[in-house]
Amino acid sequence: MIPPWPELVLGVVAVLVAFLVLPLLIGQMEHKAMAHMQGRLGPMYAGGFHGWAQLVADGVKFVQKEEVVPAAADRPVFRLAPAVGLLPYLMALLVIPIAPGVVALPLDIGLFFVLAIVGVGVVGMLMAAWASANKYSLLGGLRGAAQLLGYELPFVLSAASVAMAAGTLSLSGIIEAWRPWWLLWQLPALVVFFVSGLAEIRRPPFDMPLADSELVVGYLTEYTGLRFALFMLAEYAGILVISALTTVLFLGGWHGPFSDHLGWLWTLIKVLAVAFVVIWVRVSYPRLREDQLQRLCWLGLVPVALAQLVLTAVVRVLW
Amino acid sequence: MSTPGSGLARGLAITFRAMTRRAHTRQYPDVAPELPPRSRGVIALFEENCTVCMLCARECPDWCIYIDSHKETVHAEGAARARQRNVLDRFAIDFSLCMYCGICIEVCPFDALFWSPEFEYAEYDIRDMTHERDRLREWMWTVPPPAALDPLAEPAKEVATVEKARAKAENPDEGETPARGEKSAAAEKPERPARSPRAAKAAEAAGEKPDAGEKQPEGKPERDDAPPEDDHSHPGSPSSIRERRAGSATTPSDGASA
Repeated sequence: MIPPWPELVLGVVAVLVAFLVLPLLIGQMEHKAMAHMQGRLGPMYAGGFHGWAQLVADGVKFVQKEEVVPAAADRPVFRLAPAVGLLPYLMALLVIPIAPGVVALPLDIGLFFVLAIVGVGVVGMLMAAWASANKYSLLGGLRGAAQLLGYELPFVLSAASVAMAAGTLSLSGIIEAWRPWWLLWQLPALVVFFVSGLAEIRRPPFDMPLADSELVVGYLTEYTGLRFALFMLAEYAGILVISALTTVLFLGGWHGPFSDHLGWLWTLIKVLAVAFVVIWVRVSYPRLREDQLQRLCWLGLVPVALAQLVLTAVVRVLW
Repeated sequence: MSTPGSGLARGLAITFRAMTRRAHTRQYPDVAPELPPRSRGVIALFEENCTVCMLCARECPDWCIYIDSHKETVHAEGAARARQRNVLDRFAIDFSLCMYCGICIEVCPFDALFWSPEFEYAEYDIRDMTHERDRLREWMWTVPPPAALDPLAEPAKEVATVEKARAKAENPDEGETPARGEKSAAAEKPERPARSPRAAKAAEAAGEKPDAGEKQPEGKPERDDAPPEDDHSHPGSPSSIRERRAGSATTPSDGASA
């Protein structure tokens, strides 16, 4: 199943490039879309044209900053945490198909792999929170752990619904089995997956672990310089992964007019559209309180996901 | 909130609608701001008008105006003696102290100080905020012309004065009668005491100049044609007050002669 090594290397390099470029694109989109939704212009200077190089400039700035590790911090864990937070998203991108047959690592259990590895991201967050030796960081980390425990369930259940409908765990297989009417059939699962995905990557309105008005920035409080930048990159890479997963599982991936040649374009468009919705939701809604967060998960999303699972099973059996 | 989720949808709609509209951001350094008329940016000095009267410096609540001057003797052609005039040596405003109250501009009797909308004169050192007369003079070029009057407003005071003066200059040529009639009004008053006792009293106060009527016999018949209650005979009218004053001024001399 592993492709020959030149193809594998090419695929990994392509994924690495996409991993470095697309989060910047999404970040820039967030800068500009959020600004215009708030009646502002956003960055206008960096790079000359409408501030397109703002995030590059930010990266350069972060590299120049001093790396500060608190005296009481658990030094190796503190320094390792950003990598643990970031790498799962890179790994997840490896198995996401872009077009028919275009995937860096065609795994038969791609869905299982993605769901498992995305959950690892929270370990990086917990490591950062614990190693910072800071009460705000720790509170943020515990909130994040509680949040992940809750939302992992509807996240997996709604993804399982699609896997059940398609009869395969391979992401390419799910896309091939996808039909447009699934949009309606799997709509509750789509909503549950998207919402719990937002919570999974701790995006507003589910950013209780960061909650900059209460906890400074939660587990990021003690981070500076490049490591802070890596956490920020992880946030946008998380948006990319959640958008890509939503696209692949629920929106039909490369399906669309001329998908034989332009499949990759359809995938890209759908991913960016979902990423826009992530940003849109962030701008529109206030942060959920901790109890509201858990209530939404256990009393809202989990029952809906279970009902969807039943519906999927019934339709599958009757079809 | 009728259907569940309608509030959420409305939230999304609001932000999306905001995104489709133009941003409110003013790109100030790139695009000059549109200042409202009569913006108070900085105080400009029209130093040709300054007479070093020091009123501005004395009225300034912050004491931020510095004026130095000396006297110069001027020998005018054909004058009996030389005159002195003030020459401005230094006029500076410390804008780190100035609170932009505009009292100096209000108080200047010679229109030497003006509001300019210019506002980009920040400095890196607070001591550089004292701007001297050459800088203040430069700002004079940025002073906008006075705002046009509202179309329904009364004419400006200056315009009204000029028009009145012109009317006065033209009237004597057209007809002497109104001017003369005015003069004869005092002589007329004793003739109708019954009508308005106050007018009669005013006429008494005016000093009963019997010769005034005799001096101008030709004025009388014309005044009879005029309406009896016209402005000139009314006791409260400005002209009658003026006459009363004139009369009271003349009365003592008359009494002395009598």
